[in-house]
Amino acid sequence: MKGLRVLKPGPLSLLQDGGRYGWQHLGVSPAGPLDLHAAAWANRLLGNPWGTPLLEVALGDLELLAEVDTWVAVCGADTPIGIDGQTRPAWSRFAVRAGQHLKLGFVRSGQRAYLAVAGGFRASAVLGSVSTQAREELGGLHGLGGKLVAGDLLSCAPARFALAASVPWTYQPDYRATPVLRVITGGDAAEFDEDQLQAFFARSWQLSPQSDRMGARLQGEALVAPERQWSQGVASGAIQVPADGQPIILMADRQTMGGYPLLGWLHPLDLSRLAQCPAHQHLRFIAVSLSDAQDELRRFYRFFGR
Amino acid sequence: MLVLAEQPDAQLPLRIAALAEQIRLRFGEQLIDLVPGWTSLLLHYDLSRTDHLTLAQGLTPLLEQWLGDPPLESPATLHEIPIWYAGEDLQEVARLCSLSVEQVIELHSASEYRVGAIGFAPGFAYLGELPERLVLPRRATPRTTVPAGSLAIAERQTAIYPQVSPGGWHLLGLCPWRLFEARREPPCPLALGDRVRFVAVDEQRFRDERSRQ
Repeated sequence: MKGLRVLKPGPLSLLQDGGRYGWQHLGVSPAGPLDLHAAAWANRLLGNPWGTPLLEVALGDLELLAEVDTWVAVCGADTPIGIDGQTRPAWSRFAVRAGQHLKLGFVRSGQRAYLAVAGGFRASAVLGSVSTQAREELGGLHGLGGKLVAGDLLSCAPARFALAASVPWTYQPDYRATPVLRVITGGDAAEFDEDQLQAFFARSWQLSPQSDRMGARLQGEALVAPERQWSQGVASGAIQVPADGQPIILMADRQTMGGYPLLGWLHPLDLSRLAQCPAHQHLRFIAVSLSDAQDELRRFYRFFGR
Repeated sequence: MLVLAEQPDAQLPLRIAALAEQIRLRFGEQLIDLVPGWTSLLLHYDLSRTDHLTLAQGLTPLLEQWLGDPPLESPATLHEIPIWYAGEDLQEVARLCSLSVEQVIELHSASEYRVGAIGFAPGFAYLGELPERLVLPRRATPRTTVPAGSLAIAERQTAIYPQVSPGGWHLLGLCPWRLFEARREPPCPLALGDRVRFVAVDEQRFRDERSRQ
């Protein structure tokens, strides 16, 4: 099998697909891309179905050597993209020929770039998915949750397109802007004091450097949280408020159950924007209704054929 | 999110498992995941196929029937899990509970537990309820690494860490079994509502059992 050889893996490059669903009742995290928007576009540019295995490249600094003639697309965080030193556009598909070097430089804005290849990267699924879950040692190229390392071969088939293609610019987010993230209040929201809920929306929060693929941790003036007794299942985007009053937003590598009280959930599509925020980024939140969020998510799914 | 009871009880996990099975049969592919908690059942649904209002309508008759169901005459599976009681916190737990180490082991292994929920990590089964005399709060500072197979207690629960992971519970011993293997069918031998007993074994037997895994 041929493919793309990893010369320089970057700090945290992970194979991801649509996520590992169907096993949460056994405590298995869904994993998958943190930024569904960018990942979905990268696959779509190449005519790949939703959830085709691609690379999530955190912070950039990736170098691959092509051992096959194929096409790739890079979406998400803004990084310099080069083929043998020639610049290639982001949010676009372009050809890579055997023997050429494909390089992503360090991110200039955003945190995670998504590199998809025509037909997708091939790896053996673990529990139905190739998504890398490092903590659980599941998925990835070798099935044990490892990140990309130098020497790895990202297997893929040859492919060609007649024409280049790009994502319309209106769908290319500007990661430099201060994000306003939409929140569906709910969960244990009724147990919070009304002024604490208002404070969550009124205050400016900062993204903690302790954030990771499991959870985005917010820093700010502490909220007063109610107590909840029994652990319950949790969903992606859930906003937990532990006793220290610093909210945690659950991301793709989240646990399946949690005991902390929930203030609500981040709009599923705004998780993508949050995933592109660097540490110390200022964040604000506004309320959105469940039905508006559902309508928008349904349109997103329909458009991307999920 | 279906909240099914105020407090957990011995029958509840099995009843929640039975309800989850019925819901899965009724709704099939509209549901992505069903996650039982101690007193609840979370349904992750596929927004492309249904929504919460349609689901709620379909669930009402199922829930009404479930509430009226008689308690199960449970043929729940019993697991007898060998434990080498040599955990790092055994002495400390004995001291905090004003018991001898032998009493801690005896109390812990004399009880029968139920799998109340599975979560936190793959195959991590929350077992309840711990005898009153062993109830302790979680450690003030969680450990950054707990060895795989560690048997631990916290509050009214006991559990085995299937993988190396961080953890804030008190470590009593080690289990030689692998409690989660992605390539095994099923990946996790324990299921919701199952009964569990711990059998104290010595180091030699622990090593023998582990090498057989």
